[in-house]
Amino acid sequence: MIGDALLSRLVRILVHPATVLAGLALTIALGQILGQSFWVTLATRAAILALAALSLGFVLGQGGLVGFGHAAPFGLGAYAVLIAGELGVREILVLLPAAFAAAALFAAATGALALRTRGVYFIMITLAFAQMAYFVFAGVSALGGDDGMSIAGKATFLGAKFLRWDVNTAWLALGLLTATFLFLSRVQHARFGRVLAAARDAEERVAALGWSVYRVRLVAWILAAGLAGLAGALMAEQTGFVSPALMNWHRSGELIVMVVLGGARKLSGAIVGAVVVVLVEEFLGGVTEYWKLGLGVLILAVVLTRAVDLSALLRRTAR
Amino acid sequence: MIGPILVLDDLVKSYGALKVTDHVTLDVGAHEIHALIGPNGAGKSTLVGEIAGTVAPDAGRVVFAGEDVTAFDPARRARRGLARVFQTSRVVPGFTALDNCMLAAAVTDGSAYRFLAAMAGEKRTAERARAALDRVGLADRADVLAGSLAHGEKRALELAMGLVQEPRLLLLDEPMAGTGRTETERLTELLASLEGEVAMLIVEHDMATVFRLARRITVLISGAVAITGSPDEIRADPTVRAAYLGGEVAR
Repeated sequence: MIGDALLSRLVRILVHPATVLAGLALTIALGQILGQSFWVTLATRAAILALAALSLGFVLGQGGLVGFGHAAPFGLGAYAVLIAGELGVREILVLLPAAFAAAALFAAATGALALRTRGVYFIMITLAFAQMAYFVFAGVSALGGDDGMSIAGKATFLGAKFLRWDVNTAWLALGLLTATFLFLSRVQHARFGRVLAAARDAEERVAALGWSVYRVRLVAWILAAGLAGLAGALMAEQTGFVSPALMNWHRSGELIVMVVLGGARKLSGAIVGAVVVVLVEEFLGGVTEYWKLGLGVLILAVVLTRAVDLSALLRRTAR
Repeated sequence: MIGPILVLDDLVKSYGALKVTDHVTLDVGAHEIHALIGPNGAGKSTLVGEIAGTVAPDAGRVVFAGEDVTAFDPARRARRGLARVFQTSRVVPGFTALDNCMLAAAVTDGSAYRFLAAMAGEKRTAERARAALDRVGLADRADVLAGSLAHGEKRALELAMGLVQEPRLLLLDEPMAGTGRTETERLTELLASLEGEVAMLIVEHDMATVFRLARRITVLISGAVAITGSPDEIRADPTVRAAYLGGEVAR
């Protein structure tokens, strides 16, 4: 039927990454014009979590590495901003690389061990490392311990107080998300991404060809963590506050939910999933404190209907 | 005279009380086609694993191209020029035949750490991959997903992936397993045409293939080398006939 085809096409356009990114941009722009700061805040939060989910989606979808500790590099990026602030560094062009590096270093050390395991052991060991990071920061009273700590002032851009305005933080988050998406889309089709994906489906084969699967995975793992660190730094900038809760295992789980909900095989799935979760949390969360029940139902629907992702589910329901 | 490409020096491997590799010593000449045969459970697969690097021997050495590679992982051995063709097809199902072949060709064309340039645009690698597909008769199947290829085609693709690595030794683990008669004959002729170009160690049940290709044959029984010799010597050996070949070689 023509109606079905039309609806199916509509769904496809709706979950297209360009649509989602444009939607976020429009929300930020309209929020600023109409003076709705809440819209800007919501879009920023969505963009930041989408960046974190995207980085996880890359290793999970392309690499087949189900890491259950992605909140750790995310939180480390935020703590890098906090610590740099305590040391008097507030320049965003220093903060972002520092956040990337902190998260990447953590991933290099923990990944070198974790990537020697497979399957459920990998899930558990990544969770364990993330929990270790959580408790380490919860224990450092100089950084606020369990309660966390406020960041010393807003960041500057080349010395200018650029990020004093929330809308600039929003554009920065959306810009980084877009750039990361375009970058990872290139990586996916470049050698590195192809070897990574091939190793996901036929590890022994790829190794027998002469590719060092372990090393390729480790590099992907470090890259993904670094990008999550960027997201964490942005989160710290947006909220002006950093606490160990950023590294809570709930957040690691939430990031996986975003990736799976949007569809792990496509890079854009993580972005779609993150935006949907943020919207569900915001609007269902406003109606009932049991909003997670709604999210649970959505996940169940995706899994039980054997739709691999949200767009497939929507297309199926549309039919 | 060039030294042997592969030397197995007194390899031992046990699983518990079971000795699956029992002091195996074996060499494959620089351009030799060497066959490894033996009844089921003789330890052929374990030996293949020990050569490829997926199984660590308890004792003994694997020497490849004059270098002790016993401690090398499979990837490192592959980069030294050891190409493995698996017993059951292990092609990447979601990649096209051409992409599988390019994945194999790319190893000798630079590193994995290229992040921006699309792999599909790598002309030299693609040309080599197409040439290899052409050689095994898969040229017109290049754009088919490897997972959708027929069984025989997958075997041919495995072989193309082995060839495109430009190896010094092709390690073929039952390359004819599950292929039809005509397909087997075609692949056998293809392998025969490669003689002098690349050394081969071929583990195979199909005796017609073994006696057509091999210059020397090693018979493995209960993990130990029973005899190594020319096809004629193997045919004539009474213990081999009794233990394994039976009437098969008598025809």
